[in-house]
Amino acid sequence: MKTMKYPTEENYYDEVLTIVNDKNKKTMPSSNSNAPHISVRNLNVYIQRNHILKNINLDIPNKSITCIIGPSGCGKTTLLKTFNRLLERSNEIKITGEVLVDGENIHDPHIDITHIRKKMGLLSQRPCPLPMSIYDNIAYGPKIHGTRNRKQLDAIVEKYLNAAGLWDEVKDRLHAPANRLSIGQQQRLCLARGLAVEPEVILGDEATSALDPISSKKIEELFVQLKEEYSIALVTHTLRQAQRIADYIVFMYLGEVVEAGPAAEVFNNPKEKLTREYLSGYFS
Amino acid sequence: MNKLNHTKYRILKDILARNVMLGLTIFSLLLAVIIGIGLYIKSAPILHDHSLWSLISSSSWRPFKGEFGFLPFIMGTLWVTLIAIVIALPLCLLSGIYLSEYAHPFVKRIVDPMIDILAGIPPVVYGVWGALVVVPFIGDVVAPHFVEYSSGYSVLSGGIVLAIMIIPLIISILTEIFAAIPKELRDASLSVGATKWQTIKFVIIRKSTPGIIAAVVLAISRAFGETIAVLMVCGNISQVPHSVFDSGYPLPALIANNYGEMMSLPLYDSALMLAALILFVIILIFNTISRIVLVRIERRFAL
Repeated sequence: MKTMKYPTEENYYDEVLTIVNDKNKKTMPSSNSNAPHISVRNLNVYIQRNHILKNINLDIPNKSITCIIGPSGCGKTTLLKTFNRLLERSNEIKITGEVLVDGENIHDPHIDITHIRKKMGLLSQRPCPLPMSIYDNIAYGPKIHGTRNRKQLDAIVEKYLNAAGLWDEVKDRLHAPANRLSIGQQQRLCLARGLAVEPEVILGDEATSALDPISSKKIEELFVQLKEEYSIALVTHTLRQAQRIADYIVFMYLGEVVEAGPAAEVFNNPKEKLTREYLSGYFS
Repeated sequence: MNKLNHTKYRILKDILARNVMLGLTIFSLLLAVIIGIGLYIKSAPILHDHSLWSLISSSSWRPFKGEFGFLPFIMGTLWVTLIAIVIALPLCLLSGIYLSEYAHPFVKRIVDPMIDILAGIPPVVYGVWGALVVVPFIGDVVAPHFVEYSSGYSVLSGGIVLAIMIIPLIISILTEIFAAIPKELRDASLSVGATKWQTIKFVIIRKSTPGIIAAVVLAISRAFGETIAVLMVCGNISQVPHSVFDSGYPLPALIANNYGEMMSLPLYDSALMLAALILFVIILIFNTISRIVLVRIERRFAL
């Protein structure tokens, strides 16, 4: 079994910190922002007794885009879904190890699960608007967490539709059913819906794979804008997308993290033979 | 040449198969029309003597005197059906939600076949059980708290027995409807921090409203027509029920109890045919209205 290299490899870790620090000097001077936002320690996941994730150790850096790449069935999505504890909704799941978000173990039995999920905006593969109006889709989260004031809700809806670049397209039909939107608009709506509960992390599960090239470009641009304020972890099938937007790359193969590091380093100078083969299209 | 013939033969067979199936489909649709027309022709004599309105608005049923008022029977049918659905729907909705959203798969594996068994019990068994258990319970335990006297043979007993009969039907349809809702939709709601109950209340139920309506329509249609079990517990007195503890006499019970007897009375068989026609029309109207409502809802919310 391969063990993860990068938490122990000091030079990389320092680099992460310097890059993150540089960014924070410009944007958000936050005291704890140089700690990794999500830390995975010795994570093992079994689904119906199959060992799906094998001893994962990983850090998702703050305020940057981390792309998780790898061939189908390597556990990328499973890993992503453990981050907001959606995975355990399936049957016969066994999870060992720790996932720390802001230093809190999310599998702690005393933890409030809605609190964890609120922190993580999830963008799924196919846009999944809730069966209600555009307005209500965005207001759904804030309402659930107790915002009742109409004016406040109006402001939230406008703010996050703007953040997702959708406001101008829908401002005249906010009360139309959300699934009348085009699929690209729906995906941006879902992004706005996730942002409206003020998460810290955005998780994208192949968020552009069902979209046309123009919509998918818009989503990518949004991710690049959003990393100023959020930590973003994306599972992606398209290497090119990872090349375009990733700051950090995690390469997974058969349930293990093979290589992880800054994007430039992994793409230009992969350390592992498997990574090299995957990047050169030897298998996919 | 031979090959060409073979191709022709295959195409011919295709056309033939298509037309045979079309014919059979039209035939089965026509059956409903034929039944409707048949009932109308048979009930024409009584409609000739009395106006339809006077028949369905009068509550005096005295065949010997030639008085045929259908109001008690129509009201009996509506009371029993309404009580049944009021009892069954909340129960079914909640157990359907429990089974599809909360229950462990193991529980579901045991409960699902049990529900199917319940659905398969013959109505007459429900009727006997209702007469032995529900009727005394209503008459001796419940009714004394509310009214001076009730035999227990009441529309409430009928409604309860009927509810028990349609519960398995509604539950099994509902669990299928809930199962058809994509997992992603639940994930979408959960991932903004909604609890399971909030997800069910705001997303699952909303999304499945058309399905729930369809299930209820099916159950009500079945309830309208249910005969034997209701007949055994309703009391069968031709009066318009004024409380749930009054006896009632639903249309199907009227037909089943009297058909073949007293046929020598003038217009009696025609009156029973009219009862059948009224039942037929009630179900037709009910189904049409609910179909329209369903389409409206689907269009309005783009579900």
